[in-house]
Amino acid sequence: MRVVVDLTRCQGYAQCVFLAPDVFQLHGEEALLYDPAVPEDQYERVRQAAAACPVQAILVGEEVSAGVR
Amino acid sequence: MSGDLKEGRIVVVGASLAGLRAAEALREKGFTGSLTVVGDEPHPPYDRPPLSKHVLLGNASAYSTGLPMRRDPEAEWRLGVRATGLDPVGKRVLLGDGSSLPFDRLLIATGTRARPWPVPEEAALDGVFTLRTSDDAARLAERLSAGPRRVLVIGAGFTGSEIASVCRERGLEVTVTERGPAPLVGALGGTLSKLAAAMQRAHGVDLRCGVTVTSLRGNGRFTGADLSDGTRVDADVCVVAMGAVRNVEWLADSGLAADPRGIACDAGCRAFDMYGIVTDDVFVAGDVSRFPHPLYEYQLLSLEHWRNAVDQAEVAAHNMISPGPLRRPHLSVPTFWSSQFGYNIKSVGVPTFSDEVVIAQGSLEARRLVMVYGYRGRVTAAVTVNMAKSLDYYERLIESAAPFPPPPGAADRRAAAEVPLPSDVPDPSRLSHGPTVALTGYLPDRRLVLAKPTG
Repeated sequence: MRVVVDLTRCQGYAQCVFLAPDVFQLHGEEALLYDPAVPEDQYERVRQAAAACPVQAILVGEEVSAGVR
Repeated sequence: MSGDLKEGRIVVVGASLAGLRAAEALREKGFTGSLTVVGDEPHPPYDRPPLSKHVLLGNASAYSTGLPMRRDPEAEWRLGVRATGLDPVGKRVLLGDGSSLPFDRLLIATGTRARPWPVPEEAALDGVFTLRTSDDAARLAERLSAGPRRVLVIGAGFTGSEIASVCRERGLEVTVTERGPAPLVGALGGTLSKLAAAMQRAHGVDLRCGVTVTSLRGNGRFTGADLSDGTRVDADVCVVAMGAVRNVEWLADSGLAADPRGIACDAGCRAFDMYGIVTDDVFVAGDVSRFPHPLYEYQLLSLEHWRNAVDQAEVAAHNMISPGPLRRPHLSVPTFWSSQFGYNIKSVGVPTFSDEVVIAQGSLEARRLVMVYGYRGRVTAAVTVNMAKSLDYYERLIESAAPFPPPPGAADRRAAAEVPLPSDVPDPSRLSHGPTVALTGYLPDRRLVLAKPTG
């Protein structure tokens, strides 16, 4: 599972940081850093974080698989 | 007619953010024909912004930033293959492996690449890097992890400044050189660039402005650089962060309006040919495009912005499968962000399209502010430092061409907001870093045609 945050939309409400602190962190007051490759034990937390984002800036999904044609 | 447009063959050249989002949008909007996406890198589409932040910090692998799909675009992916030419009459894309792809409609989303150091022998020294791709990031992150004594960053645009920030966070000594008067000045103008310089110095960056690097030294391995002021910087790693070059060379014989500034297209993402005639089967999206924007006097904008790639790709996809009257314009207000030295810098509008600025909220001293940019009495842009929640409000002011200075209610510091300062936007040709927003038509305060080759 991969995650990407639309950081133009992100306003630093930090709901994701509370829900999945191993994946999302604040850097300074409102700059969001996140781990784009979600570890398996974090899937549920990241889905919750995506659902809870007040500006719906978090997209969760599968990447295009390697070797695709 | 519209039924036909949802069938046939579509080729997307460029397998990064714009190419992926366009491919998804084509399927979402009902395209059922054959879809092929060509990418010169061997990797599936990945996200680049984390490369200069999370990845260089060592917190994530350079190959972990693969973009999640919104839906499977059911495309044929031709990755690791470069497009080398376009036959607009025979409607074929020529590929580096000698094959070619026929198309009914084509989307060009080839983006940009890092501008290399201009002297090839010096650029080839071990320890000299650029940062654009995940391969670049993997190599640079590895070298930063090895603990170099000093890193030299050439160019204090957003990428260069973010790299310098990472170096300081990792405890590495870093020197930044910038030909212009201050970091980020090409994107944000004079006042905020002074704040950027202060942030860098407060975090221990050895910042040298008003100088250029005249040569990179080393015997096989990079050891240091000579500067135009006669000084020398000893360093083990050099990152060339001198902006981007648009990937248009493959279109040289295509007859399209493609030059170092990008590929000119209309507001519906349709490419112009070299005579200024709009094509009806070749579309453009993302960093490689330049397009007219009504908020900015229909000047052609070139934006190296993440959100622009997404928005323009969606409009292009819609228009590729819609008949004329149902086509949409690409009108979204430009927006970008950068995180560096613990600050979150966000921008909406085009700050370089300005003659005056006011600090509407917060203050330079607090390192937390909203700066509003105006041009001839209307609001054209806003930049926040650690005040991102205010940005939507200013976006609405920009979209409605609200008067500048912004009216009461838009400011919590009346005095500062009533005293406009010059926006002090420099001539981009005097900077080390390429501007991330380039007004490629007229500069508002000079009324001169800017046709500067960037290659």
